[in-house]
Amino acid sequence: MSEIKEIFITSDKIKTDDYVINMGPQHPSTHGVLRLLIKLEGEIVLNVEPHIGYIHSGIEKMCESLAYNQIVHLTDRMDYLSAHMNNEAVCLCVENALQIEVPDRVKYIRTIMDELMRISSHQLWWSAYGMDMGATTCFFYGLRDREYILDIFEDTFGARLTLNYNTPGGVMFDIKPDFQKKVKDFIKYFRNKLPEYDQLLSGNIIFTERTKGVGILSLEDTIAYGVTGPSGRAAGFSCDVRKHHPYSAYPFVKFEEMLDTTGDTYARYTCRIREMWESMNIIEQLIDNIPEGDYALKMKGVVKLPEGQYYQRVETSKGDFGVFIESDGKKNPYRVKFRSPGFSNMFALNKMAKGLKIADLVAIMGALDLVMPDIDR
Amino acid sequence: MGFNLYDFTTFTHNLHIWFLENMSPGLATTVEWVIVGVLYIAFVALLGLFLIWAERRVCAIFQQRLGPNRVGPFGLIQTIADFIKLMMKEIVTPRKVDKYLYNLAPYIVICCLFLTLGAIPFAPGLQGLDFDIGVFYLSAVSSISVIGILLAGWSSNNKYSLIGGIRSGAQIISYELSVAMSLITMVILAGTMSFSGIVEGQRDLWFIFKGHIPAVIAFVVFLIAGTAETNRGPFDLPEAESELTAGFHTEYSGIKFALFYLAEFLNMFVVSAVAATVFLGGWMPLHFGGFEGFNHVMDMIPPFVWFFLKSFGLVFVLMWFKWTFPRLRVDQILTLEWKYLLPINLFNILLMATVVLTKFHF
Repeated sequence: MSEIKEIFITSDKIKTDDYVINMGPQHPSTHGVLRLLIKLEGEIVLNVEPHIGYIHSGIEKMCESLAYNQIVHLTDRMDYLSAHMNNEAVCLCVENALQIEVPDRVKYIRTIMDELMRISSHQLWWSAYGMDMGATTCFFYGLRDREYILDIFEDTFGARLTLNYNTPGGVMFDIKPDFQKKVKDFIKYFRNKLPEYDQLLSGNIIFTERTKGVGILSLEDTIAYGVTGPSGRAAGFSCDVRKHHPYSAYPFVKFEEMLDTTGDTYARYTCRIREMWESMNIIEQLIDNIPEGDYALKMKGVVKLPEGQYYQRVETSKGDFGVFIESDGKKNPYRVKFRSPGFSNMFALNKMAKGLKIADLVAIMGALDLVMPDIDR
Repeated sequence: MGFNLYDFTTFTHNLHIWFLENMSPGLATTVEWVIVGVLYIAFVALLGLFLIWAERRVCAIFQQRLGPNRVGPFGLIQTIADFIKLMMKEIVTPRKVDKYLYNLAPYIVICCLFLTLGAIPFAPGLQGLDFDIGVFYLSAVSSISVIGILLAGWSSNNKYSLIGGIRSGAQIISYELSVAMSLITMVILAGTMSFSGIVEGQRDLWFIFKGHIPAVIAFVVFLIAGTAETNRGPFDLPEAESELTAGFHTEYSGIKFALFYLAEFLNMFVVSAVAATVFLGGWMPLHFGGFEGFNHVMDMIPPFVWFFLKSFGLVFVLMWFKWTFPRLRVDQILTLEWKYLLPINLFNILLMATVVLTKFHF
């Protein structure tokens, strides 16, 4: 009897452990194969530990045995939702290293494709986010509109997602004559549809209650963790590479950087929606003015970069994507390193989610727009 | 036998007398019980099949696609095919589950469903149990399903199921209050707790029109609380697929999962049937006090058609919520109940009592 009393009174005799659940690699709402070890106390998250590497393919190592125009095709598969922008980063890096200037036509085409790809990436993000929040209908609305862009891609390039269109020196083939008309039709269609997204999700009080004030990351933390893209701009971090280090046709267009100050999930959400509107404005400025000219420069069969280290940054739909190439004069690079935006964005998750509930964790992850192959490479 | 499409009382009465004439009273009662039981099981099965098919077609319309349309005309046989598949599936029981509770949980939920269905009047004379305290009985018996859910969550030996089961338990227990209180509001207006009495009282005007403001408030609150009771719609966090895989019924497969699934749809039907009975008149056609000609025209439609039209209309509204709104977080669900719906309900009861006492209703 006295032993029982002893156990109940002196609680250090009872062994306690942390309640850890595993949002495992296979899970409907971690976008891709991500393993989150979540230490819980009831419903409150004490600690989130992401374990990555489930889709590591060794892309950087593979690049060391490929020629420069072959590396381009590997970058498609990293952040597959902004495949064109990844390709463009490598091509620009090689072109800057060789100090060649591509024709204006190439720049315009590349930028239009960039922005179309950005819209399609944000559409897929919105669909998946709505579905994670429980409004499954969003999934179908977003994908229905995305099909129009994918049809344009398929007609022009033959592929829907991993375009393989860029190559150092230009693009692989010219755009078709009806490309401009198709893009203009799409923009007209989508301008009518995008307010539907706001009606369905953004204005819904359930949604705003779940996202406002959730997952706040202060400006100092955003800069410290290196969170870029719309997730970073939501906190006020002005990091748009298109504005600060313009490339391709971005010097020729006027557009705004979508900034917000609150740094919560709702701000990240609205930054992306506003980016979709802004992308449409950029396309409209460029689509009618594509200059005539060559679609590619004549490059040598085997491209050899001079010795040295080259870096190029590009604004993908996730954030600041960087390509670092170190060349030792041979036809294969010595080292290629990719700075992936998802990697930095994801590791701020612990800071954002501490003290919140599991449902909030899902909301935060969705708004960060993580694509695992980008993080794992 | 006096089979009258508009009033089943003569038919059941004659049937009862025929049984008593031909067999001993004890045997007659037993046979009647067996017949009623089989009818209810058949009804539940058919209605379940129909509702699941309807949900898939309705949600497809909202999502701008076609639903099942290959198997049978308009895809009607799709659900039968799904159930045959579910029955043939291997029942995978994880190790170290509490076998007795694990197997018991789906049956508790189904039993609770049958108990609630028994009290609802489908047509005059077509009611399983006609208690004087019908409303009270319904609230009491619908609370049994929470035991089934908690058992399912606990006995599955799975952290996700446990979280799902506990969330669901907290949610259902909270919203029972709102359900019961909005029903009490209408009981004040009706003056009786028995369902047949409530339906009879709507002969000249449905309660939702009769009790104007408090009745409309009670209706809205009942619909919200009813969807939360059945773990549906914006309150489906316990089975939030995108977070906890499938919540409390993750570890159930085959026929056991089919029972949970069926119970969810039929509970939704029960909520709309009760709402239709208490607020919209049940099987009573739409009558307006003095307009005899209009009432006569409305009477031509048989009462059970009225009942099913109203119930399915409300089922459609409930499906509409589910496929449009995102999900609420569990603390928001509980906040909604305890901080908003409960005070509104209490105020509404006072309001309705005032309205009834001062006879300020139609």
